[in-house]
Amino acid sequence: MSECILILGATSAIARGVAAAFAARGDNLYLASRDEDELRRSAADLQLRYGVTVHYRVFDAEATETHEAFFNAVLADTPDLSGVVLAFGYLGNQLAARDFAVAAKVIASNFTGAVSILSLCANYFEPLQRGFIIGISSVAGDRGRQSNYVYGAAKGALSLYLQGLRNRLYPHGVRVITVKPGFVDTAMTYGLPGLFLVATPQQIGQRIVATLGKPADVVYLPGFWRYIMLIIKHIPEAVFKRMKM
Amino acid sequence: MGTLTTAISGWGRYPVQVCELARPERYAALLPDTASLIVRGQGRSYGDASLNENGRVLLTERVNRLLEFDTDQGILRAEAGVTLGEILAVIVPKGWFLPVTPGTKFVSLGGCVAADVHGKNHHHDGAFGDHVLAIELVLADGSRMTCSAEQNALLFWATVGGMGLTGIIAEVTIKLIAIQNSQMTVRHHAAANLEQLFALMQNPAIDDRYTVAWIDSMATGAQLGRGILMCGHHAEDVTTIPQAASQRRIPFDFPDWALNSISIGAFNSQYFRRESGKPEAFASGWDAYFYPLDALENWNRMYGKRGFVQYQCVIPDAAAYDGMQKLLQTLSASRRPSFLAVLKRFGAEGRGLLSFPMKGYTLALDLPIRDAGLFDLLNTLDEIVLHYGGRVYLAKDARLSAETFALMYPRYQEWRAVKNSVDPEQRFSSSLSRRLGITAEDR
Repeated sequence: MSECILILGATSAIARGVAAAFAARGDNLYLASRDEDELRRSAADLQLRYGVTVHYRVFDAEATETHEAFFNAVLADTPDLSGVVLAFGYLGNQLAARDFAVAAKVIASNFTGAVSILSLCANYFEPLQRGFIIGISSVAGDRGRQSNYVYGAAKGALSLYLQGLRNRLYPHGVRVITVKPGFVDTAMTYGLPGLFLVATPQQIGQRIVATLGKPADVVYLPGFWRYIMLIIKHIPEAVFKRMKM
Repeated sequence: MGTLTTAISGWGRYPVQVCELARPERYAALLPDTASLIVRGQGRSYGDASLNENGRVLLTERVNRLLEFDTDQGILRAEAGVTLGEILAVIVPKGWFLPVTPGTKFVSLGGCVAADVHGKNHHHDGAFGDHVLAIELVLADGSRMTCSAEQNALLFWATVGGMGLTGIIAEVTIKLIAIQNSQMTVRHHAAANLEQLFALMQNPAIDDRYTVAWIDSMATGAQLGRGILMCGHHAEDVTTIPQAASQRRIPFDFPDWALNSISIGAFNSQYFRRESGKPEAFASGWDAYFYPLDALENWNRMYGKRGFVQYQCVIPDAAAYDGMQKLLQTLSASRRPSFLAVLKRFGAEGRGLLSFPMKGYTLALDLPIRDAGLFDLLNTLDEIVLHYGGRVYLAKDARLSAETFALMYPRYQEWRAVKNSVDPEQRFSSSLSRRLGITAEDR
């Protein structure tokens, strides 16, 4: 049976890398994001390059009241849904720390919207005793830093949520994988100073798909970020609070 | 959208200029939102065509999706940032091929339109633009316009070969050619000198869909212009599909002394002996046939860190033999080694107002930059080309003067009128367009 994988936030660079990696191994795809024109373009591209079936549907992470209807429509189109990749997110800007309106949007996108759609996915997979949920969080969620702590807090909350979800779904045979990318060469990071060892979205996409064949629960990508974050997490707070990061 | 200010160059690695790069990821973000910008696809033009010193360079590499492929008619529509290599990976297994292809598949589709590139089949099939059914162009005011030979034709033919100066080429629809087989049938014919080479190229019994002559640029005297004419066509019979050649890399910049008249002379003599012994037809995979240098990922590093200039010119049929002889004599006398010297035939001039091809013969030379004397030599070559009624290819150029450019491109004023009507503020501007006096120096 050909499987179909739902990608939420499918038009970001990382999501496109994930979609290509799934399509390259023959999986059918269901793309979802706010931008219908981009969805149409990416769907056509994946079908032509990889010969897989690609559906798409408009999805707004922040409009949680629409999620149930959205997910039911996805299931009506693809009864053989085998997995979900949550790839949406919103970095916000420097104002997020001072302007609650911006902060609320960051939280709504990265956390509230994610919880809303993932609970629908979890409720669907749980009784089926199969399926996977891959949540793309961020290394920013591992420790609060002055430069992006609202985004970091939302992603950190998402990581915790995924951890709990994994605990709940494990006995039901549903995989939950938390992915924490480091620096990836996307529009979010383009031109930012101080980046190092930047990975391409294609590499990240391939590695995300590869995690399904491994027993990992929480994956840093590229892998050395586990050690970078290990060090950062272990800096005593008394020292960390003085650092400019 | 973030921008990255950094020093970049074209494929020849000369000149190197600081530009402000922006890299949109959405189709709708392909917009001229700065006072001065030029689009850059894969940066495979050789000189400064995709540079905009101290100005915006819009990268299209992330807007690279295939949109529609009619496998019955062989019609493909795609975003302009896609490379020919990505297109070939999809179309060849379905029995289609590019109607025209340059010598590398690592170029963007949009770049092929902007430079109106040609291949080894120009004398039969014309240039790339002749096979473009339509483009979507983003104009200076941000509006989008569909252009083709039927619709907005004047703007279409100003954009085909227009070096990205009329707008952002965002989508391209092309007509492909059908192939029965992914293999090529190839024949090599040796010529002891330029006269023999021209005789071979003009012989209809030897001519083929694709022809290209390799010239031993170090040969002098009675052997001047000796070379090998390589003829090929898509094989008709069904045989096995060959494996693509593996990718190799040049790991470092070659030192200046690596390529000199002795090493290149030795290579050329050996190459001539080896390749001239293949008069019988043999099979070659399309990748190795069309893109031999692609197997060496960054071969431009062979020319050292100071980079190189590719000088490509065309001389009309009537004067071609005399002109080529004069060019090769001048080059040979300069003792400047050209690692690559390639001669091809061109068919009739196309409709692109700034397109390079005209009926005649085209010579391409790779010349490493060792000292300023090279530029004096190239000015001398310009004079020869101009004298014989020819012109220089802008996609390869890094140093032509504004005066010479205007003399070489007689339809420039006609193009100018179109440019003024669609881009009165000269928003689309590159280092090349300013050097050639197409757009003003001060912005």
